[in-house]
Amino acid sequence: MAKPSKKQHYKLKDNIAGYLFLSPWIFGFLLMWLVPAIISIYYSFTDFNLLNTPSMIGFSNYIRIFTQDDTFIQSLKVTFSYVFLLVPLRLAFALFVAMLLNQNHKGLGLYRTLYYVPSIIGGSIAVSIVWKQFFGNKGVVMSLLGLFGVQQKMSFLGNPKTALIVIVIMGVWQFGSSMLIFLSALKQIPNSLYESAMVDGGKPWQVFTRITLPMLTPTIFFNLILQIINGFRVFTESYVITDGGPLDSTLSYVLYLYRRAFTYFDMGYSCALAWVLVAIIAVFTVILFKTQNNWVHYEN
Amino acid sequence: MKTKREIHAVIFHIGACALGFIMIYPMLWLVASSFKSNDTMFQDAYSLIPKVWDAGTNYRSGLEGVGNVSFATFFVTTVLVTVVGTVGCVFISLLAAYAFTRIKFWGSNFLFGCVMMTMMIPPQVMVVPQYIILKKLGLIDTRVALIIPWFFGGAFFIFLMVQFFRGIPKELDEAAMIDGCGKAGILFRVLVPVVKPALVTASIFAFYWIWQDFFQPLIFMSTTKKFTISLALNMYLDPNSYNNYGGLFAMSVISLLPVIIFFIFFQKYLVNGIAMDGIKG
Repeated sequence: MAKPSKKQHYKLKDNIAGYLFLSPWIFGFLLMWLVPAIISIYYSFTDFNLLNTPSMIGFSNYIRIFTQDDTFIQSLKVTFSYVFLLVPLRLAFALFVAMLLNQNHKGLGLYRTLYYVPSIIGGSIAVSIVWKQFFGNKGVVMSLLGLFGVQQKMSFLGNPKTALIVIVIMGVWQFGSSMLIFLSALKQIPNSLYESAMVDGGKPWQVFTRITLPMLTPTIFFNLILQIINGFRVFTESYVITDGGPLDSTLSYVLYLYRRAFTYFDMGYSCALAWVLVAIIAVFTVILFKTQNNWVHYEN
Repeated sequence: MKTKREIHAVIFHIGACALGFIMIYPMLWLVASSFKSNDTMFQDAYSLIPKVWDAGTNYRSGLEGVGNVSFATFFVTTVLVTVVGTVGCVFISLLAAYAFTRIKFWGSNFLFGCVMMTMMIPPQVMVVPQYIILKKLGLIDTRVALIIPWFFGGAFFIFLMVQFFRGIPKELDEAAMIDGCGKAGILFRVLVPVVKPALVTASIFAFYWIWQDFFQPLIFMSTTKKFTISLALNMYLDPNSYNNYGGLFAMSVISLLPVIIFFIFFQKYLVNGIAMDGIKG
């Protein structure tokens, strides 16, 4: 990529070539991102149900979201709980396993592969189906509990208090790709750091908190941002496993947005919901970037 | 000293195997359940050994499909969409990554910023206007609508290849230029062979994501005959139209088979790609 120097002279030939190579992507960007974004901003200020002509109603949709929509609040609660349970748990677990695998043992490659498989298939409907049967009535968990003599009246998916936990567990189960990222970051920590810590008589816990963890903070930071963005878009799980229920206890933000758009055909309103989600994600990203000076250690 | 290390190793392997078992237990259970007969399915549901084997009925009934459409139809649609989508996605991302790393042109920083921005904005946010645009173009409920969101490349793939291109010395380009290669010649004759690992990694990820995509097909498609496997499985799940768990599990297994097979053959590329890119969540 061109360096942002003050006075860059571009050759005409290079300009043509650059845009020629980029043109298919630019076409897709316009068709699937830029134009939709503009249309979506416009619709978010209208009343539109796909059949009528959109009529401008100013900020009404946004006002309705923040003042009159209890379901919005509920979906926000669910999504926040999901993100703030899942992301720390998944990253902690990924780091823990990566540390365990960062040793000299035989067969590490096999374990790494095994742990990575759920990340690969996790987004598929098949896995959501498995999860539904696992934790549902007559499911695996119920039958295992029965084996140990625990009689449960309600399955974990039928209970509004635990249904979301089941979906979080499914997310934690897919810790493999974060684990791989941590593993490659761990391998890049210079051995000399550990050796000097040994000479100074550092205890394992001290080595972890003073060397390993600080050296990993750029990786953690990067992971944190992407996982949070990813977490906010949870849909398939709550759609397939619980359909938002019971009692809206797993109604994720995107599922609510989807229902507003394609069950109630409240297109303008759902576009407004979409932009509120973008704003929320942007706020989190900005906050994380602002705090990074306090805890992220970059070399040099 | 030596025995202490051996004990440590034994404990490590026991723990690692136990975790590995937990990790793949859901998959083993799915395969086992697809062999269980429907009426014994939920007796000792945790068991991995079927009491009454009935794989034949399950797979046969699953393959018959749902809503008068055979599973083979869903399978063919999914393969078609995935192959075309993957080829387009990887090829167009390759062109973009080449332009961003090897050509100095006006606005390249801004456009690269746009690429990164598409990574931050969840695609679900755009789905309503995308739906409306595709409807205006008369593409809703066609297979084209399933391909379009992927075909024109994506931030993840561009970023992956940009990272890869940056690691390749520019002298390679210059030497080729002296030999009389044009820009396209440099890319396809000189660089593509070098970035082949990145292309393979990108292709597999694209394959996975398109194969398993659910959200966009759910919104863009309405005719059962044109459904992908993901949508079809969702229909099998609907208790009003289907009440055959054996068939459901059998088809779930089949839907995962290509993914697992690719994984076994290409896991080296995936593991390296993730380590390099650090992205996939």
